[in-house]
Amino acid sequence: MTEIPTEEYILKCTSACAGCSDTLTLRYVLKAAGPDMVLVVPACCTSVIQGAYPNTAMNVPVYNVAFAAAAACASGMSAAFQAAGRKTRVIVYAGDGGTVDIGIQSLSGAFERGTDFLYICYDNEAYGNTGMQRSGSTPAGARTTTTPAGKVQTKKDLDGIVAAHNPPYMATACAAYPRDLFKKVEKALSIRGPKFIHVLAPCPPGWRFSSEKSVEMGKLAVKTGMWILYEREQGKVTISGPSKAAMIKPLPLEEYLAPQGRFKGIDAASVALLKAQAEKTAKRLLREEEGTC
Amino acid sequence: MLTIATGNKAVAAAVRQVRPSVIAAYPITPQTEIVEQMAEYVTRGELDSQFIPVESEHSAMAACIGASITGARTFTATSSHGLLYMHEMVNWAAGARLPIVMANVNRAVGPGWNVWAEHTDAFQERDTGWLQVYVSTVQEAYDTTLMAFRIAENESVLLPVMVNLDGFLLSHSMQSLETVEISDFIPPLRLPHAIDPENPAGYGTLTGPDAYFKFRWDMERSMRDSAGVIRETEDEFARRFHRKYGFVDEYRCEDADVVVVAMGTLGKEAEVAADLLRAEGVKAGVMRIRWLRPFPRLDLAGRDVVVIDRDYSFGFGGVIAKSLAATARAEPFSVIAGLGGQEVTYDDIAEFVRTRSPGTEYWFGVNDNV
Repeated sequence: MTEIPTEEYILKCTSACAGCSDTLTLRYVLKAAGPDMVLVVPACCTSVIQGAYPNTAMNVPVYNVAFAAAAACASGMSAAFQAAGRKTRVIVYAGDGGTVDIGIQSLSGAFERGTDFLYICYDNEAYGNTGMQRSGSTPAGARTTTTPAGKVQTKKDLDGIVAAHNPPYMATACAAYPRDLFKKVEKALSIRGPKFIHVLAPCPPGWRFSSEKSVEMGKLAVKTGMWILYEREQGKVTISGPSKAAMIKPLPLEEYLAPQGRFKGIDAASVALLKAQAEKTAKRLLREEEGTC
Repeated sequence: MLTIATGNKAVAAAVRQVRPSVIAAYPITPQTEIVEQMAEYVTRGELDSQFIPVESEHSAMAACIGASITGARTFTATSSHGLLYMHEMVNWAAGARLPIVMANVNRAVGPGWNVWAEHTDAFQERDTGWLQVYVSTVQEAYDTTLMAFRIAENESVLLPVMVNLDGFLLSHSMQSLETVEISDFIPPLRLPHAIDPENPAGYGTLTGPDAYFKFRWDMERSMRDSAGVIRETEDEFARRFHRKYGFVDEYRCEDADVVVVAMGTLGKEAEVAADLLRAEGVKAGVMRIRWLRPFPRLDLAGRDVVVIDRDYSFGFGGVIAKSLAATARAEPFSVIAGLGGQEVTYDDIAEFVRTRSPGTEYWFGVNDNV
């Protein structure tokens, strides 16, 4: 059984919303990374959650940087630590907007250059910090403040984009499965080069569900196959335990959609689109795991 | 050592001697030669720096920021559209109080595409909190790049410095260059607010109006203090290496009745014009502004002033002319010349002086002047 350290690097004074899975995720990320690290944070919910000057709720150094700049800033930091012979870890902690949209260029550049760092995208599937506008990561059918009738387009395949850079390690995770998340961060940090972890972060105010249900929502995402936990090491895919179990007999998608206000009134066509996309992703990952594609 | 070099190569030679830990840059005409030269030095093992071939200028400055906040010495170079593309991070570097040094090869801004000299690119960054210096010769490009690191890294400055050189006119001109042994002219960088995991802190966190306002004043206080540091550095440079420049490089100004104010290579060209005019009996001199930020005080009392702006602020005027009207109580004859690499010779400059009309603005080469 994985031992998760009892040290806490997030102090009890964040300004996170109740039930925030961004903060829950970060808690495990920091436990896995330990204190000799720097967190690079572009504009996102975490910019606010850490507290306001002169206070900070983070007991690790946090470098806040402009929206599009996180991966590039981390590149410079990583190079400087290397030049100084320091082992300090550089971890980008960015939301989906800062990753799949405005930050995709610097992310791509840093991965192509083989930067030694870990990039974690916590994905609440919209621009949460500005009050839930659509992002490239918002799924079809979801209502946001800029898609009041539900998003027409499908969720951008961020993992496909990152995989195209052939990083030595990438994975998906969800704080509803903390041991799985912890182990993946630990493993990622044991490898040199650019690593990527994409974390689904159910957001109570944004997705419009009751704040005590964040963990349950993450589990439903995995059990319905809407979020698949896996690792890709040197290109080899391994589907993680919880998703493997879920794939044998997935729960009906409606169990994930029904408790969320953002999917209220979603039309049948959008549900079909979500279902088809989830099945396609599952099939592709299974084929990749078997090595048949 | 005496050699010949282009302006770009002179900048690169200085940077090699200063040995930054991290160099991040992106190619753009007419700066590309600097990036190439830095990559070459690193590849040949002549420079032990981390060279990051970033995918954009925004990322170039972001990478410099990330490196600099760890306490590492950093350098980048750009021009025109590249500078404007990194504009957000140019602001960030100054606000974060990082002593990054950047060479900017001055070039016009599109459209249309124009790769030739103009100062409008750097002028659009003049309110960001960067120190800005403009050079006129290959030797000055080298000397000033060396001084830029010492000034930026001084604890009472800790603001980034932009060294500006005119595209092609200087970046690609071959001139003689005497390199020096810098020894301890540039002390090791000690960044007081460097990231330290032993003492974790939040950098650039949410900041309310009171603290933010105070930080802005701190920037201005350091900008004002930088004037003394620049003076001390230029004096020390002159003492060690026997070349003196100053805030404003004055040429035959002692008894001048009319002074031409210009920057960069135009300021050098104006010296020839002053000689011509003196041969005609006109007591002309030149004040070539080197440091645009902090802005120098010019003694223009009792003199006619002809300002040549290789820049323009639309709906306002030539930036130098207007700045001098505001700070030196001058009523200059404002000449707008050299935009987009327009050729301006010493004969043209002499003619500006002969036909000067104080308080008016003249667009050189445009027929429907007001």
